[in-house]
Amino acid sequence: MNLVNEFLRKLLFLPLQASEWARQLDYLHYYVFITAMLGAWVTLATAVVFMIRFRRKHAEQSTPIVDPKPIHEAVFIGLPLVLFLSYFAIGYPQYVRLQTPPKGAIDVYVQGKKWMWKFAYPGGPNSTDVLRVPAGRPVRLLLTSRDVIHSFFVPALRMKQDALPGRYTQIWFNADLPGRYPIFCAEYCGLGHSSMLGELVVMPPAEWDEWMERERRSNQPQAQDGQPVEAEQVDLRGSLVDQGRRIAAVQGCFKCHTVDGTQHIGPTWLDLYGRTVKLENGKTLVADEAYLTRSMMEPNAEVVAGYKPVMPTYQGKLAAPDAAAITEFIKSLRTDAPTAEPQKGPIYVPVTGK
Amino acid sequence: MSPSPASSPAYQTPNYLNAVKGVGSWLTTLDHKRIGVMYLVLTVLSFFLGGVFALLLRIELVTPGPTIMDAMTYNRMFTLHGVIMIFLFMIPAIPGIFGNFFIPLMIGAQDVAFPRINLLSVYLYLAGAAIAVWGMIQGGTDTGWTFYTPYSTTTVTTVAPVLLGAFILGMGSIVTGLNFIVTVHTMRAPGVTWMRLPLFVWAMYATSVIQVLATPVLGMTLLLVAFERVFGFGIFDPARGGDPILFQHLFWFYSHPAVYIMILPAMGVVSEVVQTFSRKNMFGYKAVAFSSLGIAFVGFFVWGHHLFTSGQSTFASGVFGVLSMFVGLFTAIKVFNWTATMYQGAIQVSAPFVYFMGFLYFLVFGGLTGIALSTVSLDVHWQDTYFVVAHFHFIMVGGTIMAFLAGLHYWWPKMFGRMYSERWALAAAVLVIVGFNATFIPQFLLGNMGMPRRYYSYPEQFWPLNVASTAGASLLGLGFTIVLVYLVVSLVKGRVSGPNPWNSRGYEWNTPSPPEAQNFPETPVHDRGPHEYQDGPAAEVKHAH
Ligand code: HEM
Ligand SMILES: [Cu+2]
Repeated sequence: MNLVNEFLRKLLFLPLQASEWARQLDYLHYYVFITAMLGAWVTLATAVVFMIRFRRKHAEQSTPIVDPKPIHEAVFIGLPLVLFLSYFAIGYPQYVRLQTPPKGAIDVYVQGKKWMWKFAYPGGPNSTDVLRVPAGRPVRLLLTSRDVIHSFFVPALRMKQDALPGRYTQIWFNADLPGRYPIFCAEYCGLGHSSMLGELVVMPPAEWDEWMERERRSNQPQAQDGQPVEAEQVDLRGSLVDQGRRIAAVQGCFKCHTVDGTQHIGPTWLDLYGRTVKLENGKTLVADEAYLTRSMMEPNAEVVAGYKPVMPTYQGKLAAPDAAAITEFIKSLRTDAPTAEPQKGPIYVPVTGK
Repeated sequence: MSPSPASSPAYQTPNYLNAVKGVGSWLTTLDHKRIGVMYLVLTVLSFFLGGVFALLLRIELVTPGPTIMDAMTYNRMFTLHGVIMIFLFMIPAIPGIFGNFFIPLMIGAQDVAFPRINLLSVYLYLAGAAIAVWGMIQGGTDTGWTFYTPYSTTTVTTVAPVLLGAFILGMGSIVTGLNFIVTVHTMRAPGVTWMRLPLFVWAMYATSVIQVLATPVLGMTLLLVAFERVFGFGIFDPARGGDPILFQHLFWFYSHPAVYIMILPAMGVVSEVVQTFSRKNMFGYKAVAFSSLGIAFVGFFVWGHHLFTSGQSTFASGVFGVLSMFVGLFTAIKVFNWTATMYQGAIQVSAPFVYFMGFLYFLVFGGLTGIALSTVSLDVHWQDTYFVVAHFHFIMVGGTIMAFLAGLHYWWPKMFGRMYSERWALAAAVLVIVGFNATFIPQFLLGNMGMPRRYYSYPEQFWPLNVASTAGASLLGLGFTIVLVYLVVSLVKGRVSGPNPWNSRGYEWNTPSPPEAQNFPETPVHDRGPHEYQDGPAAEVKHAH
């Protein structure tokens, strides 16, 4: 069974199966695939045989009138109907199971926004783009969106659910294969749709408990994904620059801005401070503290030439000290200063090399 | 009936093409045949425009990162591609071209019921197309052809002109449908009973019913979106108290039936082609005719299968899923009957028949993947991935366009009196079919791997299959271009075809090729069904006085 499963899974280019539901779904997939292929090829082969067997002999050849008997039509209707309904009879209960979370599942709140995923555990940590769950325990996701519709998609779990603004939807899973799996956004949501990537980290339960305990104790919003350990060590009382970097990561600024000089959806922050900036409306100005802050609060008032007015406003989301910290962080980013900036977390970054 | 230029009546009496001359005579024509030809020119232009965008999209996807354009341009381009292909080609093409040209010829009428409204539909098409394309290019619409809210009501790009364009196109679609319904009901010649109606006419009739009933809902929905954008009404945007899912219900209430507006005419075309080239009457005529009506009916109750992951109730998903199976069932009935029609036939493997076989193949796999999507649970994985993209391209490109090409080659001598080069036609058909497979089979696999659609960049694991798909697309593009070239060449250099080069007994072939400006000097009277080949040459058609 395992061998057959592996063979068919690879034949169909399916990713690893990280949950029992995913495995069950693949079995249905195999059943549909094999029976549909058989049915299709028998039909098509019949057509080809007829095409060869009944070739025209002369232009005015006459042919008999062949009309169907009731039995023909009964077979034509009955066979596909039985087959199709058998698919449905297996598939629908699976779907119902996916929509019915078991009692006692771990709840995680998922918020989609352009263009990142935020995860929050009740009474626990928050994180951006990285969702940590324990293997072998059911997890219920409660999804919503800050702006437009997004869709939370984990191919390894064969599972997706739309995140809608203004309401919650839910879905659950029980991942049983520790590992790291990509999360995609499946509902088109604009410029950053294809870089709205995340990562599902399925941890051995003991490790997860330990991690959760640590997080609860420090009760700090978790900083940048991929490096939980380093992030934890960020001292809140540390320099404004360090705080700024952490806040920028949590707020998801690095979805669009880089700190290494490459232009992305937004302008790079490297050497931004003090530079003369050319705006879309033809004006120029010097990037000082006031401009940097305005850009966070009213991003579309002064759009840099060559960029689209897509940045969301952070009015009301960034407290004044946080904005100040980010400004300080931007000021620290200079090519002449020695900065080795860690890139953003998930290992599934889109390749953006020119 | 071997064609020879001298004996061809086509060049002895003025035909519809040269009965009156000058651009003005075309722009004001009420002749259904000329209107069909105008639709041919307009929709084929749109098709190539949409095709150029498709190739640019595929080139962008050759590498995982940016290749030739930025993300915004990519998003605008897939919107352009989708809107043009669906609203400017798929929906109007077969009804506009073949429906207009052949429904009156097939039922023995001199024209459609409302020739002036028919001309109006061409101008509605032109106006709608101009506004939509201009609006998208100058406003940079980036919503995709589905216009999902609240994205479409909040995006910074311009959306209103496209909506207006689609609205006007919808009007054109409605009046065409209305015209055909009245024509079929009131203008059949003596002897053309409902049970002798050519199957193409049956399919067009079912299509027209959908057009008339469903398109107003699209118009209404587009207006609501425009109101929300322009006046700030809170209809779909939750930030203003609206319901984001309501739009999807309204949109698919039109757009699911609309996919049958795209495929039913194609099914009608291949029904004619398979009968002519097998020299056989349709096996199960009634099953094929009524399954068209069945699809038109059930097609109205399955729209929710686009919303399985939207959070709609599990009960609703179940109902929509099981009803979708019935659409597949009606399709399967047709497939079996077409295949059985070949049994004991006398098959001529000519270009239209090759396209018929291609159609059969693509429809079977496109339909079965539709069934797989309707199992509900599997759709949770596939929804909004490349699997869905491949599914509908199998049906729309593989099905509708194969049928369009089958019909175009089959009826080309009827429409223009000339034969195209059979050798080039066969070569191009093979190229198109191979290219199509190479383009879209990798996309099924990409969907299985989990690659979402409308993706400008992608992780590296999706790279090889994307390259394969682009390679296939270039073959496909080459194939279509060859078809265009030899068909245009044939208009000047093609051998004169004679009235009935295929020895078809379809009713429409009882006319010279090209037909005269007035279809029938006297109303034809039929005393047998179309496509009966049980004895020698077709019985002479009698004429009523
Ligand atoms: C055998 C009959 C068919 C069945 C059972 C079927 C089923 C489905 C299902 C369940 C979906 C939803 C997939 C998803 O979004 O996750 C779908 C999508 C789609 N189908 Fe079909 N389908 C059939 C025939 C057709 C035909 C005849 C056409 C067009 C000529 C078509 C065009 C489409 C399109 C355009 C979409 C996706 C639209 C979008 O999201 O942009 N299908 N189909
Ligand atoms: Cu549908």
